Amino acid sequence: MAVAGLLIALGLITPYTNSFLILLITRALVLAILAMSLDLLLGFTGLASLGQAAYLGVGAYLTAILATKYQFGLGWSFWLVIVFAILIGAATAAVFGLFAMRASGVYFLMITLALGQCVWGLAYRWNSLTGGDNGINLPRRPAFGIQLADDVTYFYVVFGFFVLSLLLLYILVESPFGRSLVGIREREVRMRILGYNTWLHKYVAFVIAGGFGGLAGVLWAHANGQVSPEDVVLTTSVDALLMVVLGGPGTLVGGAIGAGIVVFMREYLSTLVPWWQYALGGLYVLTILYLPGGVLGIPERFRQSGALFINRRIKR
Amino acid sequence: MTRTGKLRVQDGLIAFVGALFGTYLTAAQPAAAEELRIGFIAPMTGPFAQVGKDMVNGFEMYMNDVKGDFAGATVKFIVEDDQAKPPTGVLKAEKLIRQDQVHMFVGGVLASTGYALAPVSAREKVVYISPIAAADDLTQRDGAKYPYFVRTGWSSSQPNHPFGEWACGEGYKKIAVVAADYAFGYEQVGGFQKTFEDCGGKIIQKIWPPLGTIDFGPFLPTVKQDADAIFTLMVGPMSLQFPKQLAASGNTKPVLGGGTSYDEFVLPSMGDEVIGHVSALQYSAALENPKNEAFVKKYRAKFGKVPSYYSETNYTTAQMIHEIIKNNKGNFPGQEEFVKQLAALKLDTIRGPVSIDEMRNPVQNIYLKKVEKKKMFGYDKEELWNTVIKTYPNVTQFGQFNKEEFLKTPVYSRDFPPCKFCN
Repeated sequence: MAVAGLLIALGLITPYTNSFLILLITRALVLAILAMSLDLLLGFTGLASLGQAAYLGVGAYLTAILATKYQFGLGWSFWLVIVFAILIGAATAAVFGLFAMRASGVYFLMITLALGQCVWGLAYRWNSLTGGDNGINLPRRPAFGIQLADDVTYFYVVFGFFVLSLLLLYILVESPFGRSLVGIREREVRMRILGYNTWLHKYVAFVIAGGFGGLAGVLWAHANGQVSPEDVVLTTSVDALLMVVLGGPGTLVGGAIGAGIVVFMREYLSTLVPWWQYALGGLYVLTILYLPGGVLGIPERFRQSGALFINRRIKR
Repeated sequence: MTRTGKLRVQDGLIAFVGALFGTYLTAAQPAAAEELRIGFIAPMTGPFAQVGKDMVNGFEMYMNDVKGDFAGATVKFIVEDDQAKPPTGVLKAEKLIRQDQVHMFVGGVLASTGYALAPVSAREKVVYISPIAAADDLTQRDGAKYPYFVRTGWSSSQPNHPFGEWACGEGYKKIAVVAADYAFGYEQVGGFQKTFEDCGGKIIQKIWPPLGTIDFGPFLPTVKQDADAIFTLMVGPMSLQFPKQLAASGNTKPVLGGGTSYDEFVLPSMGDEVIGHVSALQYSAALENPKNEAFVKKYRAKFGKVPSYYSETNYTTAQMIHEIIKNNKGNFPGQEEFVKQLAALKLDTIRGPVSIDEMRNPVQNIYLKKVEKKKMFGYDKEELWNTVIKTYPNVTQFGQFNKEEFLKTPVYSRDFPPCKFCN
């Protein structure tokens, strides 16, 4: 309920903020979808992936290449591009998953990092297709009765996709499948003994996360009007991971809040003060040291320390 | 969802929305009319931070010279850090336009940033001036797409059209190329190759080390021994390492280089092995004219180093903007009109006379420069300077070629012009 109310508030307030903020909020929402897709892996399945930018990348490049080379996806076909991008994101994850799922822990992290870098390498070096380090400029945003070129309209489209993603992922993690993912996170061996095919469960989660990554890619490409290898670079993957950690892993909404914080620190604070990087870095360190549950862990932490305080007094 | 879960979510989102409101209230308000707001996008952090500082120094020095007063208009200069990343640059440009409501934005280092920012200017209908980003097509084949884009610096291949011809005149017949593997490298090499081969020379080899290469060990032994000279194009830390390692490998061939390989940004950090190397650019700190001498002395006194072209071109850009505002009696003439007037500007600058052609790229002197160790401008130490050995006046971006025919050929790339004499 609280989430729904605040989402409605966000949807109502945003159009009345200044036009630069609308842009930032739109971007934060796109990255929130990416962060939530990663949260499915990190928070619910216990798989720390450092390659999530790869799916955003394939989605974004697919959008840009279809739009510039084939003029496809600039009208009603936008919706087809969304479907294609989800499919290509999922397909990429399906291939990568075959390699990555053989490992766990740090090795899983390293393999996903390497696979993510492969996508970056392709984007950077395959000049004829991706434009190399110049990237690709999209001609314009799609128009089909409504003009997505209008920032407020586009915000609502992204907002819609965000709400939908949140809803779908929420249903997913609350389903028996989602519960079994949590089981794997807590103790994989026990799940295996109970007769679950844990490999398949993890693999399916990985593929689904890839699909949502692809969706974020389409929205990202149109939000920027431009796709560059810089979007696919390791930093984007790390950012996504930090967003989840910052907001609170295993909460879905936490990823969205993390995305909001990171985007505002990075893009807004950076325009105000030169020391924004220290602020962001400090925030990361403090979160990891004192708030393992992220921002959403704050109330819980207060409750705990309050309880501790009361306990002590009683003992005395 | 459990009760505690609800509470958690609520708290988090309240903080988030609170942050939104906070930023909204502090958002900038439109300012008074006689204020000229100029946005400046340059890397202030990351590997290109030093280049960014040189750029800002140049622009700010001009503003200090005129005390921030452009013929009655007070200049508000807003610097944004793009970290030399195109997507960040786009966002900063949007911030400058939407929030600060700038009259124009200036900057961008890499060609890729130029390609990313030009569409923003077209979309938002705000002037974008590029003093550094040199990607050829921005003022050539794609020029019509970006009507609010004006270049005050150079296009990548511009200095190398005369350079190739000069190399023929020096009697070089076969040249091997070692150049950074990205668009700027292709365009620089392409310009050189085109004119060099037109006058009978042969490019017999092209080696492309990746951008950011520091160890050239794998590349140097493959340089063909029957080459008369080596043409090189390096950027950043590559520029420092390449000549050092080339000398260490026992090279005795003459070395020619693109402008950024020997520009004053890297020259003071270089060793004596670069003495005698020849490069081409529209500026040299060793230009012997009173304007430049004064500029170099003043800049050096202020910032403790010789100005690079990054500083000079931004100083000149500020001067050009001032000139337009002056012609309009201290008012900003409007976006279309500003572009029109800037594109028709002729100005005597530090680097010599500059005019801007109808495709919005400068027509200017190109200097062929040889690195020498000597004393200059009354400084008492022997230092490396880019001595001008030949001046090509009024060089356009099309060089010796006819504009229409030039525009029909594809943009210079890894495979164009094709390497006919390789292998």
